[in-house]
Amino acid sequence: MTQPSVGDEAARLAFEDALRANDPVDLFDRAPCGYVTTLPDGLIVAVNQTFLTWTGHARGDLVGVRRFPELLNPGGRIYYDTHIAPMLAMQGSVREIAVEVVRADQGRIPVLVNAVMETDAAGRPALVRAALFGATERRSYERELLRATEAARAAEARAVALARTLQGTLIPPVPPEVPGLDVGAAYRPSGDGDEVGGDFYDVFQVAHDDWAVVIGDVAGKGVEAAVVTALARYTLRGAAVRSTAASEALAALNGFLVSEHVERFCTAVFLRMRRRGGGWGVSLACGGHLLPLLRRHGRAAVPVGAPGSLLGVLTEPDLVDVELQLAPGDCLLLVTDGVTEARGGAGFFGEDRLARAFDRRAGLGAAALAADLVAEVVDFQAGRARDDIAVVVLAVPTP
Amino acid sequence: MEVERRHNVRISGQPGGQPMLFAHGFGCDQHMWRHVAPHFERTHRVVLFDLMGAGGSDLAAYDPARYSGLDGYADDLLEICDELGLTDVVLVAHSVSAMTAVLAAARRPGCFAHLVLVSPSPRYIDDGDYRGGFNESDIAELLDSLDSNYLGWSAAMAPVIAGPASPEVAAELTDSFCRADPEIARRFARVTFLSDSRPDLGRVTTPTLVLQCRHDAIAPVGVGEYVAAAIPGSRYVLLDTTGHCPHLSDPAATVAAIDAYLSGAPVG
Repeated sequence: MTQPSVGDEAARLAFEDALRANDPVDLFDRAPCGYVTTLPDGLIVAVNQTFLTWTGHARGDLVGVRRFPELLNPGGRIYYDTHIAPMLAMQGSVREIAVEVVRADQGRIPVLVNAVMETDAAGRPALVRAALFGATERRSYERELLRATEAARAAEARAVALARTLQGTLIPPVPPEVPGLDVGAAYRPSGDGDEVGGDFYDVFQVAHDDWAVVIGDVAGKGVEAAVVTALARYTLRGAAVRSTAASEALAALNGFLVSEHVERFCTAVFLRMRRRGGGWGVSLACGGHLLPLLRRHGRAAVPVGAPGSLLGVLTEPDLVDVELQLAPGDCLLLVTDGVTEARGGAGFFGEDRLARAFDRRAGLGAAALAADLVAEVVDFQAGRARDDIAVVVLAVPTP
Repeated sequence: MEVERRHNVRISGQPGGQPMLFAHGFGCDQHMWRHVAPHFERTHRVVLFDLMGAGGSDLAAYDPARYSGLDGYADDLLEICDELGLTDVVLVAHSVSAMTAVLAAARRPGCFAHLVLVSPSPRYIDDGDYRGGFNESDIAELLDSLDSNYLGWSAAMAPVIAGPASPEVAAELTDSFCRADPEIARRFARVTFLSDSRPDLGRVTTPTLVLQCRHDAIAPVGVGEYVAAAIPGSRYVLLDTTGHCPHLSDPAATVAAIDAYLSGAPVG
């Protein structure tokens, strides 16, 4: 036996004492883990003293009498027969299986089990050797982790539900019926649809045959952008009642955004529409938003309106009213930049592609046109929208 | 082909033989049959598969609504029969799949020649005079055991399985044996241990053999006797073995009992 490289006599004697104390029986009985040896069917053949001390069982009550799974809690018993025994039979071993051992006094000890199946000379299962490691601390830590994971999952689910609810309040899902006007709208949130975007639209009545239509985009995403978006809609609704010009409504929104120090800016197009005979008189103002496209009956689409200032930046914005007459067969298209800035293999979707897409769909009703256009833009991005997309179509029916 | 892929279907034995379809139970996968199924390859067309969510099944095809009860699993059994064109089937089903087999056979008796129910239990939870062997809190503890273990088996631990018994087995087994997606396993445990199939037993008209282990902590003798008594005309064989999986603990006796039953010899 190798001698220790220790200088003094006392250390050498201590080492030899330790060697003597470490005979195999002591090693088995006093190991810092529980040892259980069983037949392949689980009947206990041997246990060490550590296991008896932990569990409070008497050796005579176990050896040759009990099956090891009978010492587990009910869940562990089922787990033994459905997982551990099959794995031992098929693979010859299991590692780090978490079960609870029931003590003689009915208390529970969480343990991790490693076990191997020994085979006889003919390769038949002969006995199972299991080592059990106390895992009380580890188990409570794991439970905490599990609870934290569950809490995080629940919080995420609540956030998604909140986002969807908010989104629902911002976008009227179906625009109202407007006598003498075919109105269509479509909205598609970005990504998986669980983040609130800043795009919004609104169609509402101010007086008899007097309507307002708005489409806009508040910078940013998330709940804060959503709150500003909601306030923007109600500011415009209030302003529409007090004023007759489209630019005044946008100026009111600008004033709100500047004065409230919201630190969010916004683009929007506002239309005030009054029915005249078979057509509509339109007052249109634009605050930094994409200009609407007007497709006269039988003609190609062209942008209309004057660009105007971004809203929420200047105290004196440049906002211009442009007057239009819409005749039967004429159609207006309003979109957000989720359409034109959509990116696909062929670059940006762009304003030219939008105008052509609009022209190609001259035969469609407003709702079908809006839905169809959103579908084309989503396809263009290979099915996954990077930004939210809003489209509003206003078509004057031909008699 | 779709259903075959989804359930990791493996076919062996006699192409023209009577089909013998093996359905594994809760916990592991089709490899559970490796000491039993090969015996029937000489006489039958042997079909093995993995339950949805187990072994090599396509987890992407797991639909929580479909698999919220045993009916979805019974649909799977019938779809496998339909896609492979199996009729006159000997269906050998273990544990929870025994009840799935009962449902499938009750719904489509014409498809099956025999049912062999291995360690069946129609109800694990005690109910009045009925002794299933467990109470509700026991099952809650099982779900907890699953959680504890799947936590330990997550990401870093997953592929660690210590050296198998023999290279032959090593080549055959995959890392997926007895492992499953934790969420799916939890749902399946719920379906398995909370279902009550007792009312379905009387609907079986297919000739049936019930195989019961003498010492089974999960499906005790009284439960096997209950199943045999409730299925009209069924045969009952008590195997002198311990545990819930006689096809692993005593494959020879399991094979002999099925052979004797199928050959019409007196069994038990």
